[in-house]
Amino acid sequence: MNSLLILPILIPLVTATLALLFRTSSHMQRLIGVAGMAALLVSVVFLFTDVYRDGIQVLQAGNWEAPFGITLVADMLTMLMLGISAIMGLIIAIYSIYDVDKEREQFGYYPLLHVLIMGVNGSFLTGDIFNLYVWFEVMLIASFILLALGNSKNQLQGALKYVIINLFSSLLFLFGVALLYGMTGTLNLADLAQRLPEVENTGLVTTVAMIFMVSFGIKAAIFPLFFWLPASYHTPPVAISAIFGGLLTKVGVYALIRVFTLLFTQDIGYTHTIMLWVAGFTMVTGVLGAASHYEFRKILSFHIVSQIGYMIMGLAFNTALGIMGAIFYVIHNILAKTNLFLISGIAQRLTGTFELKNMGGLYKHYPFLASLFLISAFALAGFPPLSGFWAKLSLVKAGLSLEMYIITGVAILVGLLTLFSMTKIWMTAFWAAVPEKGVPEHFGKMPLFGAGKLYIMVVPVMIVAGLIILVGLFAQPLLEVCMIAAEQLLNPSLYIEAVLGTK
Amino acid sequence: MKSLILHTTTRLMMAVLVLFSIFLFFRGHDEPGGGFIGGLVGAGAFTLYAIAFGTEATRKILKVHPITLIAYGLLSLVISGIIPFFTGEPFLTGKWLMMEIGGSEIKLSSPLIFDIGVFLCVVGFIVAVIFALEEEELPANTNH
Repeated sequence: MNSLLILPILIPLVTATLALLFRTSSHMQRLIGVAGMAALLVSVVFLFTDVYRDGIQVLQAGNWEAPFGITLVADMLTMLMLGISAIMGLIIAIYSIYDVDKEREQFGYYPLLHVLIMGVNGSFLTGDIFNLYVWFEVMLIASFILLALGNSKNQLQGALKYVIINLFSSLLFLFGVALLYGMTGTLNLADLAQRLPEVENTGLVTTVAMIFMVSFGIKAAIFPLFFWLPASYHTPPVAISAIFGGLLTKVGVYALIRVFTLLFTQDIGYTHTIMLWVAGFTMVTGVLGAASHYEFRKILSFHIVSQIGYMIMGLAFNTALGIMGAIFYVIHNILAKTNLFLISGIAQRLTGTFELKNMGGLYKHYPFLASLFLISAFALAGFPPLSGFWAKLSLVKAGLSLEMYIITGVAILVGLLTLFSMTKIWMTAFWAAVPEKGVPEHFGKMPLFGAGKLYIMVVPVMIVAGLIILVGLFAQPLLEVCMIAAEQLLNPSLYIEAVLGTK
Repeated sequence: MKSLILHTTTRLMMAVLVLFSIFLFFRGHDEPGGGFIGGLVGAGAFTLYAIAFGTEATRKILKVHPITLIAYGLLSLVISGIIPFFTGEPFLTGKWLMMEIGGSEIKLSSPLIFDIGVFLCVVGFIVAVIFALEEEELPANTNH
């Protein structure tokens, strides 16, 4: 029993409450927002050392024994996800100080951001399938408002698609939970993992597995359920698109990893083969979609879809190396993708647009920004020695060791195509000449540091770029931790024992 | 709304409704009732007042902004959750304090604080929604 396990949920809740109390002062809001995220990061680091030293940590909320109460479980995968969510939260909280306008602040941007992070952390921590549904809802409700906050026509169009498809996915999730409960009489994940193999009607178990795959698949934006994502993620302010693009879809991936390693491992030949096909199509359609667009954030949105394919591929391999690759990929992708979104925001501030056709000259006037973009874009495409290289290398190795040459080939090809759209952004926004008209007055004159306070946006981008390089150059420790996580996932008895006690 | 009947009944009903909401709230632990139902009835009282006398007058008698009520409600939830930390028990464990005052037993507990939080959140939320609907345009400048 580890009482501190509640902290990653409690700290954002307290922060949101305080931000709500001080909602009239934007100065206090920003201060609370950043301090809350920093405290969250510290608590996650402490918990991480606990999990690293002593193995899986468990908390029975309200002192109600599992499987009757709600259990919080932290294994290595949870800790890695919590860690990356805390880092991103802090980065976004700093970036928002400049990016988010007064009106949104007044309408409760900071409380909502923290509620969103609370929902994300709750989803990672919970050891109860119905509770997972509840945390998903917490996260979604906060994200609905964040997406629609500002009321522009464009935003409401995007938000409508997002809300409807996500509510549908939640409905499916609820059906799945109800069927599971009907079959086994329990909702606790560890207890479910014990009882599901005893269920006689194996066909129904596989059906439920597919329901979960579709439901989480919508949230993770896998093929053919991804169309809502590029239709909505480019509408809100950049700080919000960045946290959505970086974090939210990965919660769906996390849920897929969790249920398809812990619960639904009875009929791997069926479910995981479907997943492999889905992964391939997700990678290809995403990257082709990106190639056909000329709006900065739309390109990035399509790349989110394409990258999700890699993670699903690692999961579908169902080997330690594959799952390790998938987890590493999630972490790398959150870093690189969020950073590209953040850079698109700075570029928009400078050039006044997200349309690549109307951009240009960023390299000439802002070489430092260009180098930050290059780091993130190359990491995304998988260049050595950046983080993406190790992520792709482990996945390719996993694929080759299983002798699945076609899907591995697709993965490598998609990496090349990723580079193609990154080059497209580079050629137009950075290398092309400054367009003759439509460029704002301050372009070329506004410094990245100093007057104009643009550094509030640049510093977070620098930190993330630094992390990308760090993960690339010193990949070994992180790869080892991801390996621990993958081994824990492939050995569900550890999870079951930690939650229900030894039998 | 200008109606003598509505105005007079609202004045009379306000006290009854608020008292009834508090009654429901305290009845809640062992019998039907509790923070949510109590909060709904309490919010109903202020809604009625807002219909009869307008939102400005309701803001005056409510004294605090509804969103501040939500914030204090959340704060109570947090406090009830962390009370068991002081005895080394997990988050949200129910802690009870039994007292004998004047021959009758009084039970104080951390779930009670949690329920107060629910009560405040429900009142705050519903009144905030009613205000927003009554005032038609979103209250951008009335957040103080």
